[in-house]
Amino acid sequence: MVTHENGGGHAHQHQAPTGFIRKYVFSIDHKVIGIQYLCLALFSVFVGMALSALMRLHLAWPTTSWFFFKGGMMTPEQYLALMTMHGTIMVFMVLTTAPQSGFGNYFLPIQIGAADMAFPVLNMLSFWTTLVSLLVMFAAFFVAGGAPIGGWTSYPPLSALGEMAGPGQGAGETLWIVGLAIFCGASLMGALNFITTLIDLRAKGMTLGRLPLTCWTWFVTAILGLLAFGVLLAACILLLLDRVAGTSFFVPGGLVITDQVVTWHKGGSPLLWQHLFWFFGHPEVYIAILPGMGVASHLLSTFSRKPVFGYRAMVGAICGIGFLGFCVWGHHMFISGMSPYSAFAFSILTMTIGVPSAIKTFNWLGTLWGGKIQFNCAMLFALGFVSLFVSGGLSGLFLAQPSLDLYLHDGYFVVAHFHLIMGVAAIFGMFAGTYFWFPKMFGRFLGEGIGKVHFWLTFVGVYCIFMPMHFLGLAGHPRRYFDTTAVAFLQKLQPVHVFISIAAFITITAQFLFLFNFLWSLKFGKEAKEENPWHATTLEWSIPSPPPFDNFGGVEPVVYHGPYEFSVPGAADDYIPQHLAPNLVRKA
Amino acid sequence: MPGTILDDIEIIDAGHGGGTGTPAGGDDDSGSPGRRRPIPRRAYFTALQLGFAAILMFFMALASSYIVRKGLGTDWQRMPMPRVVWFNTAVLLASSITIIVARKKLEGGAREAFQSWWMVTTGLGLLFLAGQIIAWRQLAAAGMLLSTNPSSSFFYLLTAAHGTHLAGGILALLYVMFRQWKRSRISQSTAAELAAIYWHFMDGLWIFLLVLLTLGR
Repeated sequence: MVTHENGGGHAHQHQAPTGFIRKYVFSIDHKVIGIQYLCLALFSVFVGMALSALMRLHLAWPTTSWFFFKGGMMTPEQYLALMTMHGTIMVFMVLTTAPQSGFGNYFLPIQIGAADMAFPVLNMLSFWTTLVSLLVMFAAFFVAGGAPIGGWTSYPPLSALGEMAGPGQGAGETLWIVGLAIFCGASLMGALNFITTLIDLRAKGMTLGRLPLTCWTWFVTAILGLLAFGVLLAACILLLLDRVAGTSFFVPGGLVITDQVVTWHKGGSPLLWQHLFWFFGHPEVYIAILPGMGVASHLLSTFSRKPVFGYRAMVGAICGIGFLGFCVWGHHMFISGMSPYSAFAFSILTMTIGVPSAIKTFNWLGTLWGGKIQFNCAMLFALGFVSLFVSGGLSGLFLAQPSLDLYLHDGYFVVAHFHLIMGVAAIFGMFAGTYFWFPKMFGRFLGEGIGKVHFWLTFVGVYCIFMPMHFLGLAGHPRRYFDTTAVAFLQKLQPVHVFISIAAFITITAQFLFLFNFLWSLKFGKEAKEENPWHATTLEWSIPSPPPFDNFGGVEPVVYHGPYEFSVPGAADDYIPQHLAPNLVRKA
Repeated sequence: MPGTILDDIEIIDAGHGGGTGTPAGGDDDSGSPGRRRPIPRRAYFTALQLGFAAILMFFMALASSYIVRKGLGTDWQRMPMPRVVWFNTAVLLASSITIIVARKKLEGGAREAFQSWWMVTTGLGLLFLAGQIIAWRQLAAAGMLLSTNPSSSFFYLLTAAHGTHLAGGILALLYVMFRQWKRSRISQSTAAELAAIYWHFMDGLWIFLLVLLTLGR
């Protein structure tokens, strides 16, 4: 282990718990909790993927009967339930948990030189609360009426009326709302812990200007979570009261639902839910994508052996994106009949996000420019992230314009847009992180050969899935349609659906390569003998792999350098670790 | 940064930037045996403020819903404000004063006086909650139930949400009172300070809600 030449740090080693339960189940070690979150996300992502496979099967071959559906055919309600649960599971249990609570939990304390999170017990509680919310949501599959059918946005009035609005709107929807409310609580606990840890537990010398960009993104993401999840919680409570207590927050009067006049509600506003939901929902997009940006910046710098181009501008862009994320929720509601002046304001603000996004993109390219690029799996996924971020981001500029959105709204163009930027780009950030940090977490490398096959199949695969969806959307194909055969102009688009489905099946199959690689490498992967096999600079590479219980062995590290001091003129090595005392830096 | 020259590398002075190595305030138990890790005292205050931010966002979401729902709907009925609410408010305000007195006694070393004032505060908190339940009963007796009208729906909801948070505060008061502080990571005085700040916050929040519910009903 590299000794930390700090001179002043006093050692006070902390004992690791010894029993199995305290060590691996109800652990308060941030690293174990991080891995627990990652396992939860890994399980969820495969469930979410299985649901999407069923949907793609139906969309490509709508008239074929399959043995696994009752009566051979999927029903419209089943389709909507699959769609709702796919969205919910992917957004909350994968995109929110893995990049932030998973990797963030594991690496934020180490990268800032802390022995653990500020409040380890709270940290443990937030994981177990997340698990409870997952169980409550998954229970919706098994109740009478089945899983909810309202989409991940669960718009009232239908979501507020109960069973009369459709089978999944009964008990399934109630479980969905309760599960989501519990998830809000878990996320708030996590966010509070992250921010406190970053503010108060940084090691000596770890100034804000020396924070790795990963930490900056986890920090801003946590702030977004802290401010956004309370609003979603409030919305969930109002919706639940409309359903179970007969209040009328969201349900207007005079509705006729399945031949029945709703007389027990009146005066409510469905748009109120949309405002509350999207005030949370838009920051949520950045909660999913920001940590991916951090990982991409970190890896592009490490594997092109160059400092991040424009570190301060990058930090500014991260904060700018976080701030603007709270000012643009109205762009999800352009077709709600809002005043054109409001739409104009939301449109301008939305397009303003293009500025920090472009700063990030050009700085990533600037980082790569002239670097000694190493094309390993981690780097490939980081580059893939940049590609997908640009492809998915550009269509955002189309959708940000109210006049275009009137046509494109609720169509496949939107599906393509958010899957590329929020779904797949964020997933690529996670893959990049996994390939990069796996040796630190488990002491072994993931297989590079099989990893590259996984990368290329996934990279080409996701473009084959989502690029054609733009054209479906431009052709006027609405999203969330169960039956595409009944509408004349959609029939001509059917070959596109077949193509997308085949691409999706190949891509999904490729994910089993990753799963195999992951499990196989845990036991048989090449051993990471060095502490710092990538010759990276940040603090996690100064300690053994896997790190000991209290990370730095009771010695508090001292930080002397910025996070990305690669190829510094005058130094013998092409990297200077953050903890290396200036007198120990070898000169050329 | 590409041009960083080795000789120019900044020398770190203790306390610069992040953690200072030893927690400020010396409120940790780094010297005592056991495997609990010291946490800087200020972290508790940071966390408390962050908690306030989250709680405020939650209540602001409800408050904006209140204003929007009133403005959009045509069915809003003026709600009769239960009179006991004013008594409850006085009780809560008084509890904020008694908690200040209690903390002064603790700092002055008068442990028994602290305990009595602290228990008085706890009692006033419980009295407030009981008073709020009486307010619900008065409202229900006037025919305004949870689902009767959005004005009453919001009254029940906002008072329940505030009451839940205040109940959390009462648990915190009891915790400060009855916990064994010798082996803990923070001192009783710090814990009492944190609980008191939370208590004042709940007090202020209630005044805000009361103004909203009175002017907006």
